[in-house]
Amino acid sequence: MSKTIVEHSAASEIFNEDEPYVNWHDETLWFVRQKRDKSSKQLPEWEELRESASQIKNYVLSHLDELLLSFEQKAKENGVHVHWAADAAEHNEIVLGLLKQHNIDRMVKSKSMLTEECHMNEFLIKNGIDVIDTDLGERIVQLRNEPPSHIVLPAIHLKKKDIGDLFHEHLGTDAGATDPQYLTEAARKHLRDKFLTRRAALTGVNFAIAETGGFVVSTNEGNADMGAHLADIHIACMGFEKIIPAQAHLGVFLRLLARSATGQPITTYSSHFKKPREGQEMHIVIVDNGRSEQLGRPDFRSSLKCIRCGACMNTCPVYRRSGGHSYHNAVAGPIGSILAPNLDMTKNADLPFASTLCGSCSNVCPVKIDIHEQLYKWRQVLVQGGHVHTAKTIGVNAMSMVLSQPRFYQWSGRLGRSVMRTLPFVVNNGLNPWYKQREMPEAPKESFRDWYVRNRK
Amino acid sequence: MSAGERIDGRYSGLLPHSIIPSITHFLMTSREKILQRIKLNKPEETHLPDRYTFESEYVDTEAKFIEMLTAIYTEVIVVRDLTELAYKVSEMYTATNRATTIPALAAWADFSLQVSDPHELEMIEIAVLQAEFGVAENGAVWISDNCLPHRVLPFITQNLAFVISRNDIVTNMHEAYVRLKDTTGWGCFISGPSKTADIEQSLVIGAHGARSMVIFLVEERF
Repeated sequence: MSKTIVEHSAASEIFNEDEPYVNWHDETLWFVRQKRDKSSKQLPEWEELRESASQIKNYVLSHLDELLLSFEQKAKENGVHVHWAADAAEHNEIVLGLLKQHNIDRMVKSKSMLTEECHMNEFLIKNGIDVIDTDLGERIVQLRNEPPSHIVLPAIHLKKKDIGDLFHEHLGTDAGATDPQYLTEAARKHLRDKFLTRRAALTGVNFAIAETGGFVVSTNEGNADMGAHLADIHIACMGFEKIIPAQAHLGVFLRLLARSATGQPITTYSSHFKKPREGQEMHIVIVDNGRSEQLGRPDFRSSLKCIRCGACMNTCPVYRRSGGHSYHNAVAGPIGSILAPNLDMTKNADLPFASTLCGSCSNVCPVKIDIHEQLYKWRQVLVQGGHVHTAKTIGVNAMSMVLSQPRFYQWSGRLGRSVMRTLPFVVNNGLNPWYKQREMPEAPKESFRDWYVRNRK
Repeated sequence: MSAGERIDGRYSGLLPHSIIPSITHFLMTSREKILQRIKLNKPEETHLPDRYTFESEYVDTEAKFIEMLTAIYTEVIVVRDLTELAYKVSEMYTATNRATTIPALAAWADFSLQVSDPHELEMIEIAVLQAEFGVAENGAVWISDNCLPHRVLPFITQNLAFVISRNDIVTNMHEAYVRLKDTTGWGCFISGPSKTADIEQSLVIGAHGARSMVIFLVEERF
C-alpha cells in the first residue's frame, strides 16, 4: 500500500511503448466485447432485461438496510454466521480471527475483488497465513506478485510466453513451453493438491438474496466449489451492495452477467449456497468500506449497482490501450474510475480523467449505470476540491477562457491553423502531448465557420 | 438493546450534549454503524419493476437445449429408458473408479459413494449423476443436495455425465426459478465441462472441474 502511485497518464505512456503489444491487448479485449454483442443480440428482450436489472438495483439502493437485515436473519436461520465489517481493516481482522480460531494457517481462495480492494492477501501473509488464489488467472498474477489487471480476466495483460516462463520457474513445466492446454494442465495438478489439503476456503459473492439468506457464486473453472465443498470452513466476503431482494431476480441477473462479461449464455457454474454442509462452518462477511459514503453521493451512488461483469472495460478505448494496472485500483477501467475517488480522492484524482467520455461504457452496462456522466461529474468535484494538479487546472481555465469568447476563439483558431501549416515543427514534437503515438492532422485552410459564412446564401 | 441507547437513557442529563452522539457512535457495533449510515444516506424510495420475467419461445425447446450444449462442448445422447442408459454407459465408460447416484447403474459402478470424507472422492474417474432439470437457453442443468450425497462430487470427478428426463427441460432462467421456488441447502447450475481462457484467451477445457461432460436425455419418465 505504501508503493508510490504512478498516475494513469504516465503509466499508459509506458504501456504504449511496445506498439505490437498494445495492439494485441486492444484487439483481444475488443474481441471479448464483440462476443458480448453477439450474445446479447440473441435475446430480443435484452434491453428490457437491462431496464429490469437497473430498476431492481435502484430498489436495492433505496432499501439496503431492510434487505441486509432480512438477509442476515435468514442466513442465521440457515445456520450461517454473519459478520459486519465497517472497513477493510476490520474485514481482514475478521478473516484472520476465524482462521486463528480454527488453527488454520493455509487457505484457498477463489476470485473476490473485495479482498483485492481490502488488500487481504498481503495482510494475511504478513500474519503467517498462506493464501493460494485458485482462479487460473489470479494464480498467475499471484505468482508474479502483481494484482489482477481486469476483474473478469485477471491475466489479460500477459502473453502466453510470460506465463510459460512463470510456470517453468514455479511449477516446473518445460522451458519454452507455451501451449495453453499444457500450461493449464500443470496448473490443474498444482492447484488440485491445494484444494485437497486446505481446510479453509474463501470465496466472493456475486449475488446475496435477502429473501432466502442464500448467495450465488459464479465461476467457469469450478474453483469456488472445489474449495468450498472440501473445506471445513467456508468464508464468503461481500460488499453490501451485492444484495438482491428475491431469488426470482436471479433470473434477470444471471441472464445478463455472463453474456455481458464474456458472451457466454451463463457461466459454467452458478453455485447457490444456503446452508453449510454437515459438519462444515459457513461465514459471511458483509463489508462497507466506503460504500455507505458513496450511497450518500447522489451523483455517484448508482455506481453501487455494478455487478462486476467487466463489459465497460472491454469496450473502453482508454482501458484497451492503457491496461488495467495503469488504474492503480483493485477495480480498473471506467467503473473503477468512478468507484476509486470515493475511496481516496487525492490518490485517485487522475482516474476520472482516464476517459474520452465517449459513453460506450454506459451503453454496454447491464444495469444501466451512467458511467461516463459520473466520470465527467467526478472531474468537476475533484478540480473544485483541489485534488487535481495545477497544470491541469490552468489548462482547463485557459480553455474555458478561449471557449467562452467567440472572437478570441476565432482568432486563436486562425493563428493555430497558420502555425501548423507554416511552422509544423512547433506542434510536431515531443513537447506536444497530442503528438505522442499520433501524427498531427493536416491543418485545414479555413474553419467550418468561415466556410459556412462564405457559402451561406 | 445497544449500549448507545442505554447511555442516551441513563446518562444524557450528566453529559454535555455535544459529545453524546460521538460516544454513542463509538459504542456502536460495526453492524449498527453501517446500518445507520445506510439509513441516513440511502436514496428516496423506488419500486421494483413490474416486469422481471420474460418468456422465451423456441420452436423446439429440446432442440434448443441440445444446440446450446453442443456449443459448450457437451455431448447429448438420447436414450429410450434406463435399460438403454445402462447399456450405453457401460459401453462408453470402462476406466476404473466409476461412480453413480442412479440405482439402475449400480452394477456398472465400481466406486462406492458411501464415504464419510469427501476428499476420498478424488479418485473418481467418471460420475454419472441424476440431475433435476435442464435450461434450454444456456444448456445448464440444475443439481442440488436433493439428489447428491456429496456437494463436491460433480466438481472433483475427472469426467461427468448427467441424466435427466427429456420432459424436464425449461425454456429459460425465469422458468427455472419458478421451478426452484424453494432451494435446498445448496444447488448449482452447471453448463458444460469446466473451462478457462485465462491464458491469452485460448479456451481450454478441464480447468479444475470435469474434463468432459455428457448429458443423457431419457425419453421415458423415470
